[in-house]
Amino acid sequence: MGIPGSWRLRNQRLSLVGEVCHTCGNKIFPPRDVCPHCAREAQHAFQFSGRGEVYSFTTVFNPPAGFEEYAPYTVALVKLEEGPIVTAQLTDVEPERVAIGQPVEMVTRKLRDDGHAEVISYGYKFRPRITTD
Amino acid sequence: MKPITPVGIVGYGAYVPRYRLPASEVARVWKGEGGDPPVREKAVAGLDEDTLTIALEATRNALRRAGVNPQEIGAVWVGSESHPYAVKPTGTIVAEAIGATPYTLAADLQFACKAGTEAIQAGIGLVASGMVRYALAVGADTAQGRPGDALEYTAAAGGAAYLIGPAKESLAVFEESLSYVTDTPDFWRRPYMHYPTHAQRFTGEPGYFHHVLSAAQALLEHTSRKAEDFRYLVLHQPNTKFPERAARRLGFRPEQWKTGLLSPEIGNTYAGAALLGLTAILDEAGPDELILVVSFGSGAGSDAFILRTTEQITARQKLAVTTREYIARRVVIDYALYARYRRKLLTE
Ligand SMILES: [Zn+2]
Repeated sequence: MGIPGSWRLRNQRLSLVGEVCHTCGNKIFPPRDVCPHCAREAQHAFQFSGRGEVYSFTTVFNPPAGFEEYAPYTVALVKLEEGPIVTAQLTDVEPERVAIGQPVEMVTRKLRDDGHAEVISYGYKFRPRITTD
Repeated sequence: MKPITPVGIVGYGAYVPRYRLPASEVARVWKGEGGDPPVREKAVAGLDEDTLTIALEATRNALRRAGVNPQEIGAVWVGSESHPYAVKPTGTIVAEAIGATPYTLAADLQFACKAGTEAIQAGIGLVASGMVRYALAVGADTAQGRPGDALEYTAAAGGAAYLIGPAKESLAVFEESLSYVTDTPDFWRRPYMHYPTHAQRFTGEPGYFHHVLSAAQALLEHTSRKAEDFRYLVLHQPNTKFPERAARRLGFRPEQWKTGLLSPEIGNTYAGAALLGLTAILDEAGPDELILVVSFGSGAGSDAFILRTTEQITARQKLAVTTREYIARRVVIDYALYARYRRKLLTE
């Protein structure tokens, strides 16, 4: 399925669109000019399934400015089913219920909402998997 | 209304947030009048959720079931009374996130609790005319009641999405539809007001019952159908009593409405309410079954639809999380956490 290039770049944050290398076939996230596996140019947009598992995690009690209301929250390295590891906030889970190897899935949530006048920032997070497949 | 070309639902999807506020918590804090609460508990959105995130997850579930190329979606319409922005469409963010941009219509609709079914009516027209192959219609809300107001028991969060397309690709086909509106001041919210106002004397009989019953009866009469022809019924559900009473007055029996009546467990999800009830029905319906759907939006009006399921429904039910699975994912919160999650506390 052809996805216009302009869409792919704006959407890596909304819906986990990365690339697949047309030379070695590795899946790449975030999208970049050169394939980290074979150093060729990576070109084809690829929609990741959003499924993965917790590779490592830490709980943030003293968040940076703008994220105070969400604390405490857990930030994890998530190993995607297709290979790449991404850093993301976990949601819909109590910090004490997070474990290495836990199956998670991507959802789009508010990353930051600065109040009444600013643009709302949306992006991917991961939550414990509820999809049955 | 019946389109010249047959049109149906190619994919549907639900979303219900995981937090639940029991009615007993509202009664504990605000000293309810006693008697049965309007619902047992309601679904509450988390801190990082809003109408956009709810609409988007429901939409992704609809697309999982539909399996179409998002570039062929020619309209993305989101009906809600709690859009994240007063100016800036929710529809463009949904369209962008699913890969339907840039050649698509996108807009937000507003008609209290019937904004989502209004989007379906418009989608049927656009698909039937051949102007677009698929149209996406979403109803989603994160409704808020004034603290202490009766609405606080029921005002809930949730949503559902429908991909409208050609009948031959559909899991349910629209046989006939009808819309019924009047100027009725039962419930409103002016710009810059955080909470809505309701006129008690207009909410029951002249509001909900008049419009729901008039739309349903006119559609049944027009199609020469009777209550017993239907396997399922789903009505707008602001509480438990109203839809049960309206269903009885239309001659339906509990086994026809119980699958789609979710308000006792999740509250009133406003623009999501009738549409979420319909997802629960589509999750369990078999082929060739008739469904009657009637929404209601204050202000006021109802959209009524007769749907017939097709053989394609069975294979698509399990392609996404079911409505029951979302409802079962339940975390009970107390009024204090609720006040924090819904930003009812002043922090600066
Ligand atoms: Zn490569």
